[in-house]
Amino acid sequence: MMTGDTAMRDIFFEECDDLITDLSEGLSAMRDGQTDDAIVNAVFRAVHSVKGAAGAFALDDLVSFAHRFETVLDAVRSHRLSLDDALLHVLQRASDVLADLIDAARDNLPANPAQVDPVVAQLQSFLGDAPQPVEDLDFEAVTLAFDGPDQPARRYLIRFRPNAAFYASGHDPLLIIKALQALGPTSVSVDLTRLPHSLAGLRWQDGLMGWQVVLDGPATDLPILEVFQFVDDLCDLQITAGPDDAAADPVPIAPAPVVEAQTDTSDRSGKRAAASLRVDPERVDRLINAVGELIINQSVISQRLQEASLPNTAELFSDLDDYKLLAREIQEGVMAIRAQPVKPLFQRMLRIAREAADMTGKLVTFTTEGEATEVDKTVVERLADPLTHMIRNAIDHGIEAPDQRIAAGKSAHGSLRLSARQRSGSIVIEIADDGAGLDRRRIRDIAFEKGLIAEDAQLTEAEIDHLLFAPGFSTAKAVTNLSGRGVGMDVVKTAITALGGRVTIASVTGQGTSFSITLPLTLAVMDGMIINLGGQTMVVPIASILETIRPKAADLSQIGLNSTLLRIRGEYVPVIDLAERMGHTTLPRDMTERVLLLIQTDSVPQCALAVDDIFDQRQVVVKSMQGNYGEIAGVSGATILGDGKIALIIDAEAVAQGNTSFPATNSHNRRDVPHVATC
Amino acid sequence: MVTRILAIDDSRTIRTLLTQTLQNAGFEVSTAVDGVDGVQKFQQQHTDLVITDVNMPNKDGFGVIADIRNGPTNRTVPVLVLTTESGAALKDRARQAGATGWIVKPFDDDALIAVIRRLTGAL
Repeated sequence: MMTGDTAMRDIFFEECDDLITDLSEGLSAMRDGQTDDAIVNAVFRAVHSVKGAAGAFALDDLVSFAHRFETVLDAVRSHRLSLDDALLHVLQRASDVLADLIDAARDNLPANPAQVDPVVAQLQSFLGDAPQPVEDLDFEAVTLAFDGPDQPARRYLIRFRPNAAFYASGHDPLLIIKALQALGPTSVSVDLTRLPHSLAGLRWQDGLMGWQVVLDGPATDLPILEVFQFVDDLCDLQITAGPDDAAADPVPIAPAPVVEAQTDTSDRSGKRAAASLRVDPERVDRLINAVGELIINQSVISQRLQEASLPNTAELFSDLDDYKLLAREIQEGVMAIRAQPVKPLFQRMLRIAREAADMTGKLVTFTTEGEATEVDKTVVERLADPLTHMIRNAIDHGIEAPDQRIAAGKSAHGSLRLSARQRSGSIVIEIADDGAGLDRRRIRDIAFEKGLIAEDAQLTEAEIDHLLFAPGFSTAKAVTNLSGRGVGMDVVKTAITALGGRVTIASVTGQGTSFSITLPLTLAVMDGMIINLGGQTMVVPIASILETIRPKAADLSQIGLNSTLLRIRGEYVPVIDLAERMGHTTLPRDMTERVLLLIQTDSVPQCALAVDDIFDQRQVVVKSMQGNYGEIAGVSGATILGDGKIALIIDAEAVAQGNTSFPATNSHNRRDVPHVATC
Repeated sequence: MVTRILAIDDSRTIRTLLTQTLQNAGFEVSTAVDGVDGVQKFQQQHTDLVITDVNMPNKDGFGVIADIRNGPTNRTVPVLVLTTESGAALKDRARQAGATGWIVKPFDDDALIAVIRRLTGAL
């Protein structure tokens, strides 16, 4: 088989990823008590396929581990081993090791024996108990040829008389003779002595004919044996070496056994390979970029046409609308290519949770929901690290040890739920545990110790909770192997913010904590409100705008010098001057001349952003600025407008939180960092 | 005349490998992703030799052979079983099922091609 081919390797590793997913799905189904043959077979098959294909690439570590794993699964499959919790646990560890070995092979790294060997030993221990079938150690007999190449040709007499099974298995005597002829000069005669006198009722497959072949050929009988490789037990065969006369007695024929083909049509509820297309992600990215440009181009054209003030433009603009619709349709189609279910990500988390539970000695029931929810590929990839961190945290810090749980009147098994769902243009991923809840007193103490808050700071519970995300904050009392590696939740928040998402916490003491991550459906395009702010054009994401209001004087009340409240439907919401927040120095203008954008998000109460004017609602292509400018407070990115000008995209939520400088990674962006780090 | 081979394996890697190896040797190759697909394709097209994996979803390799051997057409087509098992147990099972021959994975390109040539007469 070919081994050096990188394209082949890629196919192999892609397939391995799928197989590992099948494997972990199967194992978790088994853990849930579904131990019927179909599931066990599917699990076996996944490991078996890894082994089979890995052999082609001479990945010996992988093959030998898969072989052991498969042997245990085979014993389970054939009911020689009964499935209990201990065995399931080992199978799951083996599945993790298999995944690691695949990863190592992908990176051309050697296997880590410290990790592999204990699991091999565990697998072996299960085999020790089970009555083993006679191991297939009997390899095809091979006769080694020690004769030199100058050995004179020898004459062989080969007599063979096929039985019925020979024909039934798809063999053909003519092909055997042809193969023998290829080895050297031959003379062939047919033995018809068994044929009945009357040919009526003759069945060709009854094995009544035999052949004798005299072959002047090879120095050893090895090539001849090879010709009969698959048929040596399907015919009477005699091979004699040395000069001989071809007129030997007819070979006696044993009664032909009737072989019935064994049918195996038992229904195996494995899934059929889905018809799918594998595309290099770079090609999709190119397409997405091009579609982004198309959308920009469309708004350029539409702006130019408006400026040109042509006569009779009604039809033209209706065509332009079609163009817009088509562009949008293409864009949605292209984005859908990048969309991937979160399932593989969640499966990975299952493993993280298992390892964390093993390491901390806690009992955790891990459930996932909404695995089919689709998210942009980049999001799936970049969520792995934050989720890993949060899951470890939840198990390490959130869920209590079994005895503590029992003392608190809970079940010994903690529950950890990872769910994904789509909600009005965003994806919400939630990690919820039923542990002790956040220890707010300790969070406060630590935040004070680290100089994050003043000793007398008046903080709400939510504000305390969000201190977790402050840079450098780490609650682990002792640095455990698991979490608390000096990497705090602030890294989680930064990663999620970089994806245009946000994370919020809800915690009830004694009942648990839940983290909720809200992410945009797509990263590249969003619906934006085009606004004017101090003469500059900017964009506010439509998703965060509840409504736009042109306020009446009667609805506005001044509080103190700089604060204004807007009364809306009987409630008061604070008005934030966006221009001021963005550092623009504009002449104080009467609020009634401005437009208020009512903002509501998950993590902040309602507020109204005051802008100078609103122009339009439009789809904008989001371009990240982080690569060039680092993280800019209150700005989530930029876009190119129809006239070719660049407009900043406002991070309405960060602004609403009065938090335009958090988290500032670049010191030159850092203004007065508020003590309360919220998110 | 070109020898047409139907390769049935649920592993994409093995299918691709087989296709490459066999096409390079001058055979015409079509593939099927599991037993049911394989039997269906076998019945729809002319096939000179079938290579089938054993362990597959929906219908395993021995099921494929049974269907071919009891089927309406071309029931004596040579069928090679491709498997990671080796030894006597495999031979018995393959024999029982009506396999023409068997190849142990990972297979050697040259050996595979030699066997196919012998079983199809495409010498």
